[in-house]
Amino acid sequence: MITLTLREVPHVPLEAEVLCPDVLAGKAREEIQALPVFLGKRPRKLGDFFEVEVDGDGEAICLRGDLRRVRWVGRGMTRGRIVIHGDVGMHLGAFMQGGTIEVFGNASDWVGAEMTGGRIYVHGNAGGQVGAGYRGSPIGMQGGTILIEGSAGPEVGMRLRRGLIAVGGAVGDFAGLHMRGGTIFLLGPSGIRTGAWMVRGTIVVLRPAALLPTFLYACTYRPTFLRLYVRYLQSQGFPVPPEALQGVYQRYTGDTAVAGKGEILQWVEG
Amino acid sequence: MQLYEAEVEDTFAEAFEMWAARVVITAETPAWARIAAQSTTGFATSVIGCGCEAGIERELAPDETPDGRPGVSVLFLTVRVEDLGKRLLERIGQCVLTTATTACYNGLESDQMVNIGSQLRYFGDGYQVSKRLDGRRFWRVPVMDGEFLVEERFGVGPAVGGGNLILLGVDAASTLRAAEAAVQAMQTVPGVILPFPGGICRSGSKVGARRYKFLTASTNDAFCPTLRSLVPHTRVPQGLNCTYEIVIDGLSLGAVEEAMRRGLRAAAQNGARYITAGNYGGRLGPYRIHLHDLLQPA
Repeated sequence: MITLTLREVPHVPLEAEVLCPDVLAGKAREEIQALPVFLGKRPRKLGDFFEVEVDGDGEAICLRGDLRRVRWVGRGMTRGRIVIHGDVGMHLGAFMQGGTIEVFGNASDWVGAEMTGGRIYVHGNAGGQVGAGYRGSPIGMQGGTILIEGSAGPEVGMRLRRGLIAVGGAVGDFAGLHMRGGTIFLLGPSGIRTGAWMVRGTIVVLRPAALLPTFLYACTYRPTFLRLYVRYLQSQGFPVPPEALQGVYQRYTGDTAVAGKGEILQWVEG
Repeated sequence: MQLYEAEVEDTFAEAFEMWAARVVITAETPAWARIAAQSTTGFATSVIGCGCEAGIERELAPDETPDGRPGVSVLFLTVRVEDLGKRLLERIGQCVLTTATTACYNGLESDQMVNIGSQLRYFGDGYQVSKRLDGRRFWRVPVMDGEFLVEERFGVGPAVGGGNLILLGVDAASTLRAAEAAVQAMQTVPGVILPFPGGICRSGSKVGARRYKFLTASTNDAFCPTLRSLVPHTRVPQGLNCTYEIVIDGLSLGAVEEAMRRGLRAAAQNGARYITAGNYGGRLGPYRIHLHDLLQPA
């Protein structure tokens, strides 16, 4: 394992996409310290900010400290494991393709943005645009799993195409905005306009939510496939209320404002 | 060799290579899962006339199934791997899809897969929905009680067919009791099925026919008690008046052997007087399961 401990919080954002098993694996301590980062717009070395300890092959990385201003951790990673003890900054696991990231703390905006594989587990809260597509990009997350135990901000799963996002706490407005596939589990309260412009995909809502009038009620039933998801989430250690497994859900289809074939499954009883 | 009251002939069962798939069927209640399993494994006693051999492997508790509902594990076997996908498609499509509340999952990890859900999805007429989870893909097909959930691909793997025991007894009642006891013991072995009704076959067959050249199989006259005085090569000992055969298919040779071992002992303890096995002199398949070897201490 490679352990990197942040000495002090940088005064401007530190862009450190080298904090990734694909980059660090197999490197010696001195090589790691010499890797390039950007403090704001200024090029610096990783060793200027982090204490580095190398023990093993580097397929696992442990980050410690207040990393709220450290961005792009695990960008595009394809393998290995990152464990973060503390809060972490924006773009965690963006474009990720494989491996796992676990955060024992909070994460900022754009967690897992446009990721295609792998798993991100945030034990605390996350910001907005979890698993979303970047501005101007037609497609967001295309695979993998993002689990947020706490709350998340707006536009969770924006333009989601494939994969699973689960949020245990409250989420902001426009969850599943322009969603094109995949599955979003919202265990806590959700903001307004959930599923707006969604074309395909599934949003599961375990708390009563004010749905847009462009979602049409279809029926009340027990979706068998949801049981697979609930059991999967439970197998990942994600806290899902047991009633979700046996639950009865109302199915709403939409968003008819864009001739969408997506669905919102609203839990009604256990 | 004497085993309890039964004489065990020094012979072997001749088993052969097959291909198998394991299908997990779940439903809201154990009864509906069982109904679907029985329906989909019906008319699948022998590849000779049914296209495949199939049977219930065991019932599954909710914590053993992918969706946490009660389930049943069933095995399907064919001689040619290319037939297995066709049979699965027919049987799941006609018997599981149609059964109330069911869902259907792959139960066999394998590198070789056949597409099932990706074909059954067309029943959804464009309203079907795909879901990918943890490396597996499922299809949600809208049906009149909600949705039929079926996994896209099912694993197929090498298997062993044709394990068998032939049990003879003094009369029909005691021989049937022995066969039932053997079936009960064999069904405790994971990875095997007994494809005949109740696990027991009363119409064992020989290859071809004595008189009718168009037949591929006909009655096993050597074991028919009513023909003992007519058939020079009769295998029915004097004083015995009934024969039952148990056919065993399994996912491995070891599983078939273990089932035969348990069945042998149970039959001998419960009224069988003579136990033998069917073979074709080693011409049919590569596996020889010697009855006496099964009775040797491990």
